[in-house]
Amino acid sequence: MARSRQRTEELSGWGRFPVVRGVVHRDEDLSRACAGAALTRGLGRSYGDASLPAGETDIVACSVRADRILALDEARCVLRAEAGLSLAALEALLTPRGLACPVVPGTAQVTLGGMVAADVHGKNHHVAGTFGRHVRALRLALADGGEVEVTRETDAELFAATLGGLGLTGHILEVECALMRVPSAWMIVETEPVTDIAATLTGLAEASAGWPYTAAWTDGLARGSAAERGYVLRARWAERDEAPAMPPAAPRSWRVPPIPLTEALVRAHHGRHFARAARRRGPRLVSPAQVLHPLDAFAGWNRLYGRGGLVQHQGLLPGPDPGPAVARLLATLAAHGGRSWLTVSKDFGAAGEGLLSFPAPGVSVALDLPGRPTTPALVDALDALVAEAGGRIYLAKDALTRADVLRRMEADRLPRFNAVRDRVDPERRLRSALSVRLLGDAPAGGRAATAAQRRRRETPR
Amino acid sequence: MSTRRIALLGATAGLGRALARRFAARGDDLVVLGRDPTSLARTAEDLSLRAAGRPVGMARCDLLEAESFAPALERAEELMGGLDLVVVTAGVFATQEELERDAEATEHLLMVDLVRTIRFCEEAKRRLLHRGGGTLCVFSSVAGEQARRSSVLYGAAKAGLTRYLEGLDLRHAGEGLHVVTVKPGFARTSMTEGLSPPPFAAEADEIAEAVMTGLDRGRRVIYAPSIWRWVLAVVRRLPRAVMRRVEF
Ligand SMILES: Cc1cc2nc3c(=O)[nH]c(=O)nc-3n(C[C@H](O)[C@H](O)[C@H](O)COP(=O)(O)OP(=O)(O)OC[C@H]3O[C@@H](n4cnc5c(N)ncnc54)[C@H](O)[C@@H]3O)c2cc1C
Ligand SMILES: NC(=O)c1ccc[n+]([C@@H]2O[C@H](COP(=O)([O-])OP(=O)(O)OC[C@H]3O[C@@H](n4cnc5c(N)ncnc54)[C@H](OP(=O)(O)O)[C@@H]3O)[C@@H](O)[C@H]2O)c1
Repeated sequence: MARSRQRTEELSGWGRFPVVRGVVHRDEDLSRACAGAALTRGLGRSYGDASLPAGETDIVACSVRADRILALDEARCVLRAEAGLSLAALEALLTPRGLACPVVPGTAQVTLGGMVAADVHGKNHHVAGTFGRHVRALRLALADGGEVEVTRETDAELFAATLGGLGLTGHILEVECALMRVPSAWMIVETEPVTDIAATLTGLAEASAGWPYTAAWTDGLARGSAAERGYVLRARWAERDEAPAMPPAAPRSWRVPPIPLTEALVRAHHGRHFARAARRRGPRLVSPAQVLHPLDAFAGWNRLYGRGGLVQHQGLLPGPDPGPAVARLLATLAAHGGRSWLTVSKDFGAAGEGLLSFPAPGVSVALDLPGRPTTPALVDALDALVAEAGGRIYLAKDALTRADVLRRMEADRLPRFNAVRDRVDPERRLRSALSVRLLGDAPAGGRAATAAQRRRRETPR
Repeated sequence: MSTRRIALLGATAGLGRALARRFAARGDDLVVLGRDPTSLARTAEDLSLRAAGRPVGMARCDLLEAESFAPALERAEELMGGLDLVVVTAGVFATQEELERDAEATEHLLMVDLVRTIRFCEEAKRRLLHRGGGTLCVFSSVAGEQARRSSVLYGAAKAGLTRYLEGLDLRHAGEGLHVVTVKPGFARTSMTEGLSPPPFAAEADEIAEAVMTGLDRGRRVIYAPSIWRWVLAVVRRLPRAVMRRVEF
């Protein structure tokens, strides 16, 4: 009966750009929600338009009510759950059992389905690979309505296309994945201050040689001699005898008032934050959330970017010596007058099997750019540089990259991905705003956007 | 708080699921009752894993099949070796317009939300009294508090249910039957999918939290979220001439 009611609502990714209207089907029964839907989304933590419908007439299923844990084999370390289970709920379940998810992104507010569809990486990519490496089986609802269990054995190509496939190969209903045993419920973390980007990358490489969790933060707003200052973070699970027997308190979060910040305020905050990080010496015992999901302590922080939203540009600069390309990327940013409110770098290990997954050997640089009328031109310039370096961009973050640039970056990989879609969804019934923008899918019917509306949608305010 | 033995009708979805997870986390013994065996099995396994591996039982029970009530409750008593609390969150909803278009749907709603819910409660009551008492916690709605143009039929069903539960309390309180009427306001669940959320719309888990607190405090009427107690105190005083004009 509920399905007879259709209400369009405002939808966006975490970056709150672009914002579109769409019809969402939410249901405890994800198969039912997916019926007739062109796409499934999770908690909407991808930044751009990956989780958005191709038009007002397309239906998006939302998985978050399909969040039952179906099986947990503690001896074999295997979990099976419905795709809408949040990582936060999963971590709450695993911690008391001495288990952990082997790969987690920077926020716990994601669903298992979203982790598969973006083939997420974590601070331990150099040792653990992407989440996809740990996935054993997927239950998919295909474009034709049929449901299949997909593994590396039953259909390796479809499996690989679904890892990082952004929901375009099928609706992920259930996920079976491996877990890892951890020695305690605590982590040991150290931070090493660095003064410029070259030192950041060397520090990152050194840290990754000895530590399982690493990343580097750079203050993109500092000026003068402090410019490019930052720190390298390295962490590992605390051994049982290093940690208190008590688990850390459950992660808490404060709702940030949705008041847009100015660059000056962010700069002032960073001044204190990075200075404090520079003074810190030696190992600290902390809760895993502080290392793995630091920004989750501030719920709704994306609203601080105001009406124009937040555009994240995450590019991979490949190869054993990405330093010069990273320096060029930051120089391009500066030359365009662009400023990243937060810059996070991470060195990657070997690429996984996902046909469109982001990570590959090299360094990933994520720039948090406030949405401005000039942002599209800036992203064009950054993309050109990444393409030039033989790199790629992270589609789960992207909102503005152009189709021809993507084809250049992904000339080798796109044909294989498209071939899978040709086989399982030749009519392209599954599509998203991203697949229309980047993969040549037809936009959804209904009211066509006027040129003015399109411009407004394509340019952040 | 000692472990309670709880049978839940409606834990497969929405408010019932959120509440069941809170009971599971607290370590209560649970048996889930419902109409769809597949969904029941998945729900029972999920609750069991969230309850650190304690088994959670299940039994088939469909509000459209009155014959299923006694065996389901019997099975719950068997599985848990007794019964302290029966929770009913099962129910259906449709808007006034949807119901006016479809007489079958109207009859179905009155059947499920009023006739059969009462009949299930009668069976549960009988069993609890037979054991010397226990708690019967049933989800009615704020919609049953005051007639409104926008929910004549659903409101009537919930008003009838609320009055029935009040009567049960009057009749059996002395015998150890503790009757709890839960009156949720609008919650974002699959039941209300596609409706525009009104002011004070709540998430399922907020409702579950309010119900847990109310049960712990021994309340007989639980407004969830509690703001509805005050909203209704005002709305109930509005004269009919005013209610005739207001849109909600
Ligand atoms: C603060 C923050 C930090 C982050 N850090 C990292 C990080 O360190 N590493 C990293 O890799 N990512 C990171 N991300 C990105 C995030 O992990 C991914 O975008 C992830 O996909 C979000 O999951 P979600 O459930 O919110 O999915 P959504 O954003 O809702 O959807 C993402 C994509 O997955 C598809 N999808 C979701 N569920 C399903 C399903 N059931 N079936 C089919 N397709 C589906 C959607 O269609 C969409 O294409 C971060 C995001 C934020 C906000
Ligand atoms: N959501 C609100 O805004 C709201 C507000 C006030 C009051 N309420 C009341 O709160 C209760 C729970 O609502 P909800 O939002 O959680 O609804 P919901 O998400 O739709 O869940 C309804 C539950 O009832 C079960 N059910 C439906 N028909 C049944 C039948 N014939 N036999 C057995 N079980 C049946 C469903 O089982 P299946 O999983 O098998 O479908 C499901 O578990 C209802 O009584 C509702 O009237 C809700």
